[in-house]
Amino acid sequence: MGQQIFLSGVLMQTAWLYISLFLIIGIIVPVVPLLLSWLLAPKKPNPVKQSTYECGIETVGDSWVQFKAQYYIFALVFLIFDVETVFLFPWALAMDKLPLFVVLEGILFILILVAGLVYVWRKGMLEWV
Amino acid sequence: MTPDQIIFILTAALIISSALMVVTTRNLIHAALWLVAALFGVAILYAVLNAGFFVVVQVVVYIGAIAILFIFAVMLTRREMRDRGPQLRKNWWLAALLGMLAFSGLAFLLINQADINRSAAVIPAGLDTLGALGAALVSPDLYLLPFEVASILLLAALIGAVYLAATRK
Repeated sequence: MGQQIFLSGVLMQTAWLYISLFLIIGIIVPVVPLLLSWLLAPKKPNPVKQSTYECGIETVGDSWVQFKAQYYIFALVFLIFDVETVFLFPWALAMDKLPLFVVLEGILFILILVAGLVYVWRKGMLEWV
Repeated sequence: MTPDQIIFILTAALIISSALMVVTTRNLIHAALWLVAALFGVAILYAVLNAGFFVVVQVVVYIGAIAILFIFAVMLTRREMRDRGPQLRKNWWLAALLGMLAFSGLAFLLINQADINRSAAVIPAGLDTLGALGAALVSPDLYLLPFEVASILLLAALIGAVYLAATRK
């Protein structure tokens, strides 16, 4: 019932306005301090001040370097399960209004993808080496 | 102008300017970040059209996964993140001309469509569209088979991608 009210015309518009309000505040909060410090701070640059902040040791060489391939596998697996969410979200919403076999269909959908997760796991691709 | 039109024009300006930055910036990581801005503009367009589910999908899948994958791919494959060569090819004006021609041709065809001024179908207030989509996805006489096939497609994509990425090491 609550959802039905939420989806009806005018209130839906208000909901979007509410979200855009969050967006605007989210932009203002980081931008205002940056602007203030740009306006108020005295500008006396020297090489030490201009260098990138590092805790402790100075960087050796260029910081734009190749990263470890390990991250890539995680991103790939994440992408697939992200797309899975797109299918499962409407299914989860409809689940309580529909018969039991619908739930089983969704579980079949998940199980097929679990096979992929098992494959990746068994191949040792989720180990951090 | 109605508020909707103002929001649309601002969003269109955001999308076009960030899309331009994607192709003109020299730093590939910055290009990927501008792509995130362009994709976010498309999410705002969906919000203006009142398509909440598409907004979520756009943010979660396109920005949350695909753009991140782009950034990872760039960080992994390129030893050098900045392009030193020129960004424009010699006959860029030809491509620009062809693009303009294709755009004006399409615009001409669209304007001459008979039902160009027809307004969009109004969704009755209180209709649970997302629930209806979910019910249609799992209903045996609608999209059950494509739904399960999509799962197998995702499985194939996952195994194939991981296999390719792993053998490269």
